[in-house]
Amino acid sequence: MRRWLVDLWEGVYTVLLGMKITWRHLFTRPVTLQYPEVRWPLPPRSRMRLFMKYEDCIGCGQCVRACPVQCIYMKTEKRPADLPPAWASTGHPIKLDVQVFDIDMSLCCYCNLCAYPCPTECLYMTHEYEFATTDLGQHLYHFAKPDAELLLEDPKKKAAPASPSQASSS
Amino acid sequence: MDLTLRLLKDLFPALAEAPAWLQVTLAAAIPALACFTFVALGPLVYVYAERKISGFMQDRLGPMRVGPYGLLQTVADTVKLLFKEAIFPRGVDRRLFLLAPILVNLGAFLPFVVIPWGGRLQPADLNVGVFYVVAVSSLATVGTIMAGWASNNKYALFGAMRSAAQIVSYEIPALVVLLVPVMIVGSLSLQDIVAAQAGGLQNWFLFRFFPLMPIAFVIFFTAGLAECNRTPFDIPEAESELVAGFHTEYSGFFFAMFFMAEYTEMFVISAVSAVLFLGGFHAPLPELQALGSVPLGWFWLLGKAWFLVFVMMWLRWTVPRLRVDQLMHVAWKVLLPIAFALVVVLGFFILLTPTAWGFPWDRFVGWPITLLVAFLLLRVMIRAVRWSRGRAQELAT
Repeated sequence: MRRWLVDLWEGVYTVLLGMKITWRHLFTRPVTLQYPEVRWPLPPRSRMRLFMKYEDCIGCGQCVRACPVQCIYMKTEKRPADLPPAWASTGHPIKLDVQVFDIDMSLCCYCNLCAYPCPTECLYMTHEYEFATTDLGQHLYHFAKPDAELLLEDPKKKAAPASPSQASSS
Repeated sequence: MDLTLRLLKDLFPALAEAPAWLQVTLAAAIPALACFTFVALGPLVYVYAERKISGFMQDRLGPMRVGPYGLLQTVADTVKLLFKEAIFPRGVDRRLFLLAPILVNLGAFLPFVVIPWGGRLQPADLNVGVFYVVAVSSLATVGTIMAGWASNNKYALFGAMRSAAQIVSYEIPALVVLLVPVMIVGSLSLQDIVAAQAGGLQNWFLFRFFPLMPIAFVIFFTAGLAECNRTPFDIPEAESELVAGFHTEYSGFFFAMFFMAEYTEMFVISAVSAVLFLGGFHAPLPELQALGSVPLGWFWLLGKAWFLVFVMMWLRWTVPRLRVDQLMHVAWKVLLPIAFALVVVLGFFILLTPTAWGFPWDRFVGWPITLLVAFLLLRVMIRAVRWSRGRAQELAT
C-alpha cells in the first residue's frame, strides 16, 4: 500500500514537473532559422565550393598531387614561345599554358589540402554552398578560360624594382 | 429537437406558420449541418494548433511556409489527401475496409447531438444524455477494430487489439467517475447537469467537495485521453513501433477520415469534460454570461473545450508513451480503485443534506477530508523524497 501511494505520488508529481518544463519551453525563443530568408553566419574559414582564379594559375600541378580523392584534372602545355611572357598577380611567371582545369565537386571531400600548396593562392574555398544540381555532371566545374587576359607585365617589377631578375628566374 | 425548434421559431417568427413537416425538417437539418461543418472543419484548426504548439514546445516554429505563419498548411494537406489515390491492398476485406472509417467517424460525430452550447442551443436534449455520449462514442472502437481486421496486416491488427484492450479498460474508470456529477444532479440530461452548475466559478462541479471532485475530473480526463488514443496512451497507433497502428493500410481520403475522427474525438472528450465538470456553457462570473443581448454560452464552452484540447497537446509533448502492461496497471490498479472510492465517499457526502449539522458540506468540502488528504500526501511526499534519496545513494555507491 505504501509503495502504491509513493508510486502514485511520484507519477502525478513527475507529470506535473514535466508539464512545467514543457510550459517553459512554450515561451522560449525558437531556434529555427528560416533558411532561404535567414542564414546562419558562416565561420570565416568555412570550406565550401572550390574556386580557381584562372588568371593566376601557373600550372604547377601541386593541387592535383595534393588532392586525396583525385578530383582535380589538369592538362598543361608549355606556353608557346610566340606569345608574350605573362605573370600571375603574385609575380610568379606563367610558363605553362593551362588548357584544362576541371574540378569535380561531387568527388571533392572539402579537405582544403589543394589550397595550401598553391603558390599563387589562386585556388581557394569559397563560402558558396548552395550548388545542388539535378545532374551530377553539373558538378564538374571548368575553370580553364582559353581567352583569359593574363598579366603581361611583372607586377613585382613595378612594386619592387630592386629584384626583377629574381622574380623572373625563379 | 424541441429546443432547436423553439429557438428557430423565436429567431424567425415566420416559421411558426410554415407546415409542420418543414419546421421539423429545418429543426433537424440546421443543427445537423452546423455540427457537420464544425466537425469537418475543426480538425483543420486542431491539426494546425497541434503542429504549432508542438513546434513551440520543442523550440521550433512549426509550419511557416504555406500562407502567413503557415495558416494554410492544413488546408494544403487536406487538399493533398483528398486528391490522393485510395489504395486497396491485396487481401483486404473491402466491405469492412470501407465501413471502418465511417464507423469511426460516426463515433466522433454523434456525441455532438447532446452537447449543450447554450440554454437552448442544443441539437437534442436527451434525458439519457450522458449515457448516450458514452454509448455512442464507443462506436469508434468498433470501427478501429474493424479497420485493423479488414486491413489484413499484422501491425494494423496489433493496433486494433491494443485499442480494444485499452478502451475496454479505460471506459470503466471513466464511467464510474461519470456517475459523480450524475449523482449530484440526479439526472442524466446534460442540460440539467449544466443547469446545476450555474452561477459562477464556485458552483462548477470541479470546485465542489474540494479535494474530491478535482480528482474525479483528473480521472475522467485521463481515461478520456486513453479513449481517444492520445499520448501517453497512444499505443494503438504508436508510430514508432506499429508503423501507424490500425490505419497503416489506409491512404488518401480514408486516412483523412481517420484523422478527422481522431481530432474530433479529442474535442468531444474535452467538451464533455467541460460540460460535466467545468460548468459547460456557464461563464466563470455570472456577469460575463452575455455581452449585452448576445449570449456567450457557446464562447465559454468552446473556450473550455479548446483549453482542454490544449492540455491534451501539452501532455503529448510532456509524457512518453506507456508500455502495454503499464497501461493496464494504470487503468485497473490505480484509476479504478480511486474511482470506486470516490463514488462511495462522494455518495456519502451527497446523501448528507448540504448543511447537515449546520455545516455546508457541499461548499466547503469535507474539511477533515482535505486535511486528511493533505496530511497523507505530505507523508507520502516525505517518504518518497527519503526513498529516492536512499535510492540515489544506493546507486551512487
